Amino acid sequence: MSMQSQDIIKRSATNVLTPAPHVRDKKAEVAKLIDVTTCIGCKACQVACSEWNDIRDQVGHNHGMYDNPIDLSADSWTVMRYDEYQNDESGRLEWLIRKDGCMHCADPGCLKACPQPGAIVQYANGIVDFQSEHCIGCGYCIAGCPFNVPRISQKDNKAYKCTLCSDRLAVGQEPACVKTCPTGAIRFGSKEDMLHYGAERVTELKGRGFAGAGVYDPQGVGGTHVMYVLQHADKPQLYHKLPTDPRISSAIHGWKGWLKPVAAAAFFATLAGTLFHYVGVGANSLPEDEHATEEDKA
Amino acid sequence: MKRHDALLRTPYAVRMSHWLMVICFFFVSMSGLSWFFPSLNGLNSLLGGPQLARILHPFMGVAIFLLLTFMFIRLVRYNLPEAGDGKWFANLGLVLRGEHSDKLDTGKYNAGQKLLFWGIMGLISLLLISGMVIWRPYFAPLFSIPTIRVGLFIHALAGVLLMLLIIGHIYLAFWVKGSVDSMSSGYVSRKWARTHHPRWFRQVAGKKDAP
Repeated sequence: MSMQSQDIIKRSATNVLTPAPHVRDKKAEVAKLIDVTTCIGCKACQVACSEWNDIRDQVGHNHGMYDNPIDLSADSWTVMRYDEYQNDESGRLEWLIRKDGCMHCADPGCLKACPQPGAIVQYANGIVDFQSEHCIGCGYCIAGCPFNVPRISQKDNKAYKCTLCSDRLAVGQEPACVKTCPTGAIRFGSKEDMLHYGAERVTELKGRGFAGAGVYDPQGVGGTHVMYVLQHADKPQLYHKLPTDPRISSAIHGWKGWLKPVAAAAFFATLAGTLFHYVGVGANSLPEDEHATEEDKA
Repeated sequence: MKRHDALLRTPYAVRMSHWLMVICFFFVSMSGLSWFFPSLNGLNSLLGGPQLARILHPFMGVAIFLLLTFMFIRLVRYNLPEAGDGKWFANLGLVLRGEHSDKLDTGKYNAGQKLLFWGIMGLISLLLISGMVIWRPYFAPLFSIPTIRVGLFIHALAGVLLMLLIIGHIYLAFWVKGSVDSMSSGYVSRKWARTHHPRWFRQVAGKKDAP
């Protein structure tokens, strides 16, 4: 790291007794608010992301839909997802367009699963950032993520995802996708402000007949620092299977939670057992045999 | 070297498999611990640092599996359950106190050793299967993310259980004096065989080099 942030509030695979530098952790939490209802699907954010981050994905194939590239990759940190939804209540066909990418969870599953100290960090402003030079390419972050976001590069075997332009934020700029969005569908500011603005948008949408409108800020992962305004917030799965109630999987919780202290106790108990046994019983040597024959002495 | 005054307990090929596996197991278990307990992260420097250890760990794990497969083929017939195994467990207290009793009349491997044998073979199979599911970049992309999550949990759990078994195995080899010879030179003294494995002693001693 050439630049120190000294506001790291979470660090992967790090003992609570040895936290990362966080004297400057008083920053306000930030958030990106993506208003799906005003997005026109132009993909300017995808282009801005590639440009600013200097990543060039391979030109893909046409899959018979607007989604291109077809999925997130180590070189595409955000992609637009297009879904056609036949709304039976209104009788209208709706085109639901969602900008997919890292949600920057308050309780990040990737960071919880990561086995390498400092390969994933969370800053005081809420951004979850991969420190690629520490990445070991195990892919545990992929298993930990409830949103299926991180991707391993085939070039260098390291995991990549959206940084929320942490480098731009550090010098007082907004993320590249926000800067470039022509309709203002992507907003950026403090989490508090974005929730406030989102609530206004929801009121407006409800007034226009979208009774299920709402802000997507899932509490199962402690809330996120990328939020959506959805016209159908009661059915988030409509938006390219956005999870209704995302949580860190119980397998990951078990593995990184109770299994560790139980295993540590088992190791100590086993080692202590051998010590107590050996000192208590003594070596298991062959018995002194009064009738030993020549062959036994061999 | 063939010895006429002792009994061959473990043939050369099995002994070599065992020790090659020990070398691999040492590195694989240390790197595994380095990821399971982050505070022990430094252990992966034994394999050249975190990145290199992550690459080497699964290959050495497969080597362990292959060596164990060979040992399984060579040893399974001595480790099949028998009627006397129950008696051994019933007298576990006696065994742990190191009191030798003729009434157990143990064969080539006692019931505890058989349990270890099947425990190791079962856990290494679980480790191989779960290890394949989580092995990047080669095999993990073939599996769904929920499957990989279960694989990660099972791999960690089976790894811990296997290490616990191996700690017990190392301790018992250290406790019962003369056991290590059966895996190093391969030979044990007649008295050792008669004391610890009397039925096996009668089987082999009665054959060609009986007194």
